[in-house]
Amino acid sequence: MDQAVFFFEILLPALMQGLVVTLQLIACSAPFGLALGVAVAVGRQYGNPVVSWLCKTYVFLIKGTPLLLLLFILYFGLPSIGITFTAFVASVVGFILCNGAYNAEYIRGALISIKEGQMVAAQALGMTRWQAIRNVILPQALRRAIPGLSNEFIYLIKYSSLAYMITVIELSGAGKLVATKYFTYTESFAAVGIVYLVLVSITTIAVTILEKRVAVPGTVRATPSAQL
Amino acid sequence: MNNNDIVLRVEDIHKSFGDNEVLRGVSFDVRRGETKVFIGPSGTGKSTLLRCINQLTPPDRGRVWLDGEEVTNSGARINYFRQKIGMVFQNFFLFDHLTAVKNVELALLKVRGMGKAEAREKALTELRQVGMEDWADHYPAELSGGQAQRVSIARALAMDPDVILFDEPTSALDPELTREVLEVMKKLARNGMTMLVVTHEMGFACSVANEVLFMENGVVAEQGSPDLLLHDPRFTRMKDFIGRIDSRMDD
Repeated sequence: MDQAVFFFEILLPALMQGLVVTLQLIACSAPFGLALGVAVAVGRQYGNPVVSWLCKTYVFLIKGTPLLLLLFILYFGLPSIGITFTAFVASVVGFILCNGAYNAEYIRGALISIKEGQMVAAQALGMTRWQAIRNVILPQALRRAIPGLSNEFIYLIKYSSLAYMITVIELSGAGKLVATKYFTYTESFAAVGIVYLVLVSITTIAVTILEKRVAVPGTVRATPSAQL
Repeated sequence: MNNNDIVLRVEDIHKSFGDNEVLRGVSFDVRRGETKVFIGPSGTGKSTLLRCINQLTPPDRGRVWLDGEEVTNSGARINYFRQKIGMVFQNFFLFDHLTAVKNVELALLKVRGMGKAEAREKALTELRQVGMEDWADHYPAELSGGQAQRVSIARALAMDPDVILFDEPTSALDPELTREVLEVMKKLARNGMTMLVVTHEMGFACSVANEVLFMENGVVAEQGSPDLLLHDPRFTRMKDFIGRIDSRMDD
């Protein structure tokens, strides 16, 4: 078969279909993963002992087990107790739980780095703890967490391929199907790899732009020569 | 003295951190429009005392009253009292991610529930009071220490407090910047703001304070007008302390 015909009429359309699913997985997971991360980080850092313990345990469980295991439980295991997800929904739930746990750690680190005085000043003005967290602490902490969060987002792009293991035909899965059918492993997977590279590159550029836009004027970015 | 004039009453405040008893029973009354200056060696609980007044540090014992209402043991109502008791910190503690004007208007919006336009107008008015109106759109990191401290004073003023607590407001500043902050504070005092000021600035104390409280080892050791404490032979401890500071500075 002609290489060009294979590439443009078989491989590319298949990968584009898979890419759409991958993008859907990411779009459905990332916002909730971020929200969960914020909630868990705040809960662990500022919640009462019970909430804090729950958040800590959740992060511990997710960090300590493979994501693939979580997906298997969600998709193959839960029906036995009467909860049935479609493969897509099971993937999204798994990704949110995983993404949220790691995001929480990045955000928690950023929360800890905000100086105590910010909270003290906010409370001295009559803000409740929650108002201070919402209006003073989080806006600063989230800026500091951007590098870590973007890293985690890039992981999400890549581990979304695990959805294939519970039958979701996303980008990697689409590549795998073409590869086995036409016996074109190298070409197919190389093409899949390039698509991921493009996604990650776009993310990296977008994060750079975002960081510049939300940077607080006058704050010195960590450069070796400028220490404040 | 007319009792109604008393805006803030502090009764027998005790506070320990572990085995270290920082405050051992401090009491005083503050009349409306009065400026009280707290002076004394480091570690004698001056800053802790201020924080006990607005309950940022809850005292172990003792009570605080604002306008006849108890501030201590006030539960969630403490957030009401904290609006009425402004505070200015040694290290400014401006909100780093907000411009000067937004620093001032944040609590107006979120705590007082003011509308955006009204809050902005009030914030700009307060910035004008401290001579920082032209810097409204600058971020804390773009301001000098003196400018930042003036913004933080504006932030405290915006809540229309009954009294403002100044916790070593110029200790982080070099002399020139110190002067611009003290000028603002003098103006406030002249305009009738009630102020409690922890400071080492004797010049400020002498020119502005109605009363100086010299604190040592967690208690008020000497108390009186600046003139009295500096010149009356019955009072020696503050003079000794100031002498020690001065001789250190001469070195």
